[in-house]
Amino acid sequence: MLGRTANGLFWMFRYLERAENTARLLDAGLRMALTRDLVTAEEEWRSVMSTAGQRAAYEAKHGTYTGMQAWNYILRDKENPSSVRAMFGAVRQNARLARNAISGELWEAINENWLEIEDQLARPVGENRVMDVVATIRRAGTMAHGAMEGSMLRDEGYHFGQAGTFLERGDSIARILDIKYYLLLPSLSYVGSSLDTGQWDQVLRSVSGDRAYRWLNAGQIDSRGICEFLILDDCFPRSLAFCHRELRDNLAALARLHGTEGECNALMRDADTRLSDLTIDDVFDQGLHEFLTGFMASNAAIGNAIATDYRFLA
Amino acid sequence: MSGSGEYFDEMHEADGTVRGAYDGYCQWFDEQENALLRRKHAEAETNFRKTGITFNVYGEDEAEERLIPFDMVPRVITAAEWRKLTRGIEQRVSALNAFMHDLYHRQEIIRAGRIPERLFRNNEAWLPNMVGFTPPGGVYTHIVGIDLVRTGPDEFYVLEDNARTPSGVSYMLENRETMMEMFPELFMRVPVEQVSDYPRRLAKSLAACAPACTKGKPTVAVLTPGIYNSAYFEHAFLADQMGAELVEGSDLRVIDGRVAMRTTSGYKPLDVIYRRVDDDFLDPLTFNEDSVLGVPGIMDVYRSGGVTIANAPGTGVCDDKAIYSFMPEIVEFYTGEKPLLPNVETHRCADEDVRAYVLDNLPELVVKEVHGSGGYGMLIGPTASKKEIEAFRKKIAAKPENYIAQPTLALSTCPIFTKKGLAPRHVDLRPFVLVSPDKIDITPGGLTRVALKKGSLVVNSSQGGGTKDTWVLKD
Repeated sequence: MLGRTANGLFWMFRYLERAENTARLLDAGLRMALTRDLVTAEEEWRSVMSTAGQRAAYEAKHGTYTGMQAWNYILRDKENPSSVRAMFGAVRQNARLARNAISGELWEAINENWLEIEDQLARPVGENRVMDVVATIRRAGTMAHGAMEGSMLRDEGYHFGQAGTFLERGDSIARILDIKYYLLLPSLSYVGSSLDTGQWDQVLRSVSGDRAYRWLNAGQIDSRGICEFLILDDCFPRSLAFCHRELRDNLAALARLHGTEGECNALMRDADTRLSDLTIDDVFDQGLHEFLTGFMASNAAIGNAIATDYRFLA
Repeated sequence: MSGSGEYFDEMHEADGTVRGAYDGYCQWFDEQENALLRRKHAEAETNFRKTGITFNVYGEDEAEERLIPFDMVPRVITAAEWRKLTRGIEQRVSALNAFMHDLYHRQEIIRAGRIPERLFRNNEAWLPNMVGFTPPGGVYTHIVGIDLVRTGPDEFYVLEDNARTPSGVSYMLENRETMMEMFPELFMRVPVEQVSDYPRRLAKSLAACAPACTKGKPTVAVLTPGIYNSAYFEHAFLADQMGAELVEGSDLRVIDGRVAMRTTSGYKPLDVIYRRVDDDFLDPLTFNEDSVLGVPGIMDVYRSGGVTIANAPGTGVCDDKAIYSFMPEIVEFYTGEKPLLPNVETHRCADEDVRAYVLDNLPELVVKEVHGSGGYGMLIGPTASKKEIEAFRKKIAAKPENYIAQPTLALSTCPIFTKKGLAPRHVDLRPFVLVSPDKIDITPGGLTRVALKKGSLVVNSSQGGGTKDTWVLKD
C-alpha cells in the first residue's frame, strides 16, 4: 500500500471519530440545556465549547453564549475549521484519496452520509432540527464502521483505519476527562469528593456511557467510579483501556503484515506497561490531570511514530 | 415518432417503423409504463450521485462536482455494423502507431512528400526527446478513443482521434452497470456483448507492454494529477478495477534507474505507468519545471528502458486536427490500403485557396482550432450569430494555420427519454481501443455521447452533453 493511501485511511477515520465525538458532546450539552433553558443555558454551552476545544475561537467571534449560536458554530460555521461540516468534508476527501483502498460499501456509506450532512447543514440549524442533525452525524459513524466491518479485507488498510479510530477516540476521552476535571473541581483538595452528579452525568452521556455505567454500578454516580469506568474498564468501547488495547492489536497486526516492528510498536509496549495493573488509586495518587496529560502525550507520540514508520509523507 | 428525414435516425426507418437493431428494445419499451420509467430515471441519477460518479468542474473557489446526465435509452449497434467498424478502427490505430514510430525516426512519410514537414514542426505536442527512441514493444498509443459519427445506414465517419489520453471509459462501464441494475429483464431478452471486462483487458494489455527489465508479474500503476482533476473519479475507478495502485507524482521517485513508489514498507519499483498526467507535467527536469504533478527524472528512466509510460510522451501529435486532415494519406502510406473509415471532409485554412473558400462560407461550416479539444474554441456556423462569425473571420485571417473547417455534418439521432416520451437527439460514439505489441483489442461498446438540447450538435460533457449505454448486439 502507498504511504499516502495509508495516511488517507488513518486520517479519514480520525476525522470521522472526531466528528462523531463532537456530535456526542453536543448531544450531552443539549440534554443538559433542556433541563434548564435550551436557548440560553450559558454555562452549559461554555462548557461544551471548552470540551470541544473551540472556546477561544468561539469567543473571539461571539461575545455571548446562546444555544443556537453555539451549536451552529460547532456544526457549520464557515469560519470554524473544526466544524462538523469541515470535519466530514475531510472524511470524504480522505476517502476519495484512498478510494481504491476501501470497499465500495464503505465509500458509499461515507459519500451518502456526506451528501445528507451537507444537505442538513446547508442552512442554519434551528431548535426543531438540531437533535436530528446530531443523530445523523452519529449514525454516519455507525454506518461507516458497520460497512468497514462487513466488507473490508483485513489487510493493512483496515488496520490503519482502526488505528486512526482508536488513537483519536482515546485522545478525545482523555481530553473530555481532563477538561471536566478542571471545570468541575473548585480546588485540587476536592479530588474524590462528592461532586455535582448532573455534570458527571453529562460526561458519561458525551461518551454514550451513561446506561452502561448505571448498569454496572447500580445507579451510583460518583466521580471516582466514573473515572475508573472511563479509564480502566476495557469492556466499554469508549474507555481508554479499550482504545489502548485496540490500538495495540492493530499496530501488532501491521507489524506482522510488514514482517517488522517499528518505533510505534516500541512506544505502544511502553504505554502498555504503564497502563497494565494500574488501579484508580494509582491514577489519583499521581493526579488525574498528570495521568491524562501523560496519556495524551504518549498517544500523540504513537501517532507520529505510525506516520514515520509507514512513510505517510515524502 | 418517426424519422425526421433530415438526419439518420438510429431507431427508426424513414417510414417510422423500428429498425431491426432496436426490435428487442422497442418491444420491451412498449410494455413499460411511462410513470415507472420516469421513476427509474430519477433513481439512476440518485445512484450516480451516491456512488460518487462525478466529474469536477474547475471553478474559482473549489472544484465543483457534477454528474454527467445519463439517458436510459441505449444506442444499439448490430454485430455486422460492429465488425465493420472494428476493421476500420484496427486499420486506423495500426496506422497511427506506425506513423508515430516513423515521425520519431526516419520520417519516411515526409521524405515521400505525403505530408508537409511543418505539420509536426508547428505541433506543440511534438517531443524532441522522443526522437530515435522506441518505446517498449514499439507501442506509442496504448489506449485510444476514436470518435465516430454516423450520417447514414452505412456511413460512419471518424471525427477525431484521441491518441493522447482518451477519457470516458468509466462512464461506458457505469452506464452499463446502471442499466443492468434498473432493467435486468431487458438483458435477458436482448443479447448484448459484455463491456465489464474492460479493466481486465486494460490490465492485460498494459502488462504486455512491460519493459524488458521487469521481474516477475509486472507492477502497474495509474498516475493521476490528484483529486481535483476533472477525471479523478475515472482514474480511481480504473485503478480499483485493475487492482493497481493509484499514484500521484509525490508518491514516486527515481531510485537506481527505476521509477519507484513510496509504499508503507519502502520504495517499490513500477514497471508500467498508465499516466493521466499531460506530457508537460510529467517530468519537471525535462518539461515544465514548475510542475509538482510529475516525477523528476522519469524521462531518463523511460529512455533507458526502466519503465513503460502509457500512452507514450509525444503521442499528442496525433490529436492535432491538422494531422487529422492527413489521416487518409497516413493510413494509406502505412497499411497500403484505402481507409475503411473515412474522415470528415476537412479544409485546412493554412492553404490560401482553401482559406478563401472557408471565409466565404463560414455560416455553413464548423471551424475548429487545430490544437483545441473538448468543444472549446469552435465555431458552429449554422447556429452562430453574425458577431461570432465575424470574430472567427478575424481569427482565421490572423492565424490561418491554427484553424480547420468542416461541413456541418448531419449527425445521426437516437431517441432520449424525456418527460413527454422519446425525442430524437444527436449522438456520437467513442469506442475504446487497447494496443499491445501483438494485439489491438476493441471492447464491444463504447461511450455514446448525446446532445441533450434539441437540435444541438455539440455532445461534449463540458458543454452540457449527456451519455447513453452503448449496445453491440451478439449475432
